[in-house]
Amino acid sequence: MIQFEPAGAEALLVRLAEAPDAALPARIAVLAERVRAELGDVLTDVVPAWTSLLLHYDLRRIDHRQLAERLAPVLEAWQRGPDTQTAGRLHLIPVWYAGEDLPWVAQQCGLSVNTVIDLHCAAEYRVGAIGFAPGFAYLTELDARLALPRRATPRTRVPAGSLAIAERQTAIYPQTSPGGWHLLGRSPWRLFDAARQPPCPLAVGDRVRFIPIDEAAYRAAGGEG
Amino acid sequence: MSGWRVLRAGPLSLLQDAGRLGWQHLGVSPAGPADGHAAAWANHLLGNRAGTPLLEIALGDVLLEAHCATWVALCGADAPLSLDGQPRALWSRFAVAAGQRLQIGFARRGQRLYLAVAGGFELDAVLGSVATQRRDGLGGLDGRGSALAVGDWLACAPSSLPGPAATPARFIPDYAQSPVLRMMVGGDAQAFGREQLAGFFQQTWRVTAQSDRMGARLAGEPLRAPARPWSEGVAFGALQVPPDGQPIVLLADRQTMGGYPLLGWVHPRDCWRLAQSTAHQTLRFTPISVESAQADLRAFYRFFG
Repeated sequence: MIQFEPAGAEALLVRLAEAPDAALPARIAVLAERVRAELGDVLTDVVPAWTSLLLHYDLRRIDHRQLAERLAPVLEAWQRGPDTQTAGRLHLIPVWYAGEDLPWVAQQCGLSVNTVIDLHCAAEYRVGAIGFAPGFAYLTELDARLALPRRATPRTRVPAGSLAIAERQTAIYPQTSPGGWHLLGRSPWRLFDAARQPPCPLAVGDRVRFIPIDEAAYRAAGGEG
Repeated sequence: MSGWRVLRAGPLSLLQDAGRLGWQHLGVSPAGPADGHAAAWANHLLGNRAGTPLLEIALGDVLLEAHCATWVALCGADAPLSLDGQPRALWSRFAVAAGQRLQIGFARRGQRLYLAVAGGFELDAVLGSVATQRRDGLGGLDGRGSALAVGDWLACAPSSLPGPAATPARFIPDYAQSPVLRMMVGGDAQAFGREQLAGFFQQTWRVTAQSDRMGARLAGEPLRAPARPWSEGVAFGALQVPPDGQPIVLLADRQTMGGYPLLGWVHPRDCWRLAQSTAHQTLRFTPISVESAQADLRAFYRFFG
């Protein structure tokens, strides 16, 4: 059920599914790469999301109808392609589990703090989308036993590197910013650095595991705060 | 060294270029000038290529001292403009000698004006662009998204041009008027229903004081927004309807993805006009087809290159 829809005068939305499944983010990432390779001459931005791909195009070179025509064979090949090529890279991200919301989360979930940590770092997550801020990767799927709604009032300042959860998602704040998620810990990793190539180590479709470290290891790795 | 010393920086003056393209998949906002029309004219009057780095000045109150001979053009919001105390016209280019002071007073109509210099301001790009995005902490003089500050140095090469030039009057907008913005209906429009859509086009909307470079927030008879399950990439001019029913039109500093339902997209050229509307100004919408909007936008690109 692939659908095309103009998104204004200079973008085309390609809807790929009604709802995401576990394999879809990695499949969309593969499609985004192919689209960049085949149509990079007329596109300015390719933005993968949970169920869609938004293509920002250069109106001086192409319009949405011509773009849809050029996309058709790429999409056909993608639909035929096997899922096995789409494992996504695995990142092992160190985390010092000492977030200020850890006791509260444990209490709300009726679990011990250690169980919260164990459940959080036992899972392998998928990058489903990157948005909200540079390098902010939405990771799914958080264990249902840890699912909590966002804070009623967002914090005005969440430090860079904070590991946080909300609903069935988890994420690391790449920069110090406002935020409404619950803070479980801190990672010494910087998830966005404009001077680095690529600026963000994570890509949609990649896999992530969190490795618990202690405060000494956090500081040794350059962790602040 | 040739360039300008900043003696008064104004409330929010930002270096901008064509925007930071190609990084939206990592959540990086495109930024760029809030009003692409006035910015394009400022560069065009000096023979600069479209997207040459220039200064976006919100609300005015800027004083700069030239340290080289050059030519400048200012387009956009109507503000008092003088060179060493002598009045100068907006929407035109004029020569500046080393040691002269360029003063921009407070804007009387419109929100933002664009100061371009012949050859453009020279500064290092971050991710391919000098566009200042404060929220993302990217671009500008320090590369970290800072606004212009007193004491800053704006580098540019000395330049000379053959003579004056000005924008024809018919291309100079009247920011005091209440604009009619052309909108491409789409997105979740069907889920809003025909009646709500008709009401949307009939009513007069008001720009609120919460508007900024990220989005223009409007107030009016609230819409009832349908639910939308998954966030998607968002494009320039997307008209979002959050749960309170008051629309937000996404502008230059928009986020890359959004989860609110959309009623459609405002024509890019009308988004630029919207970015000049001040708080409490009124506006209306009228529908336009994607094809008509594209033909109009192509004509703009053909003219400015």
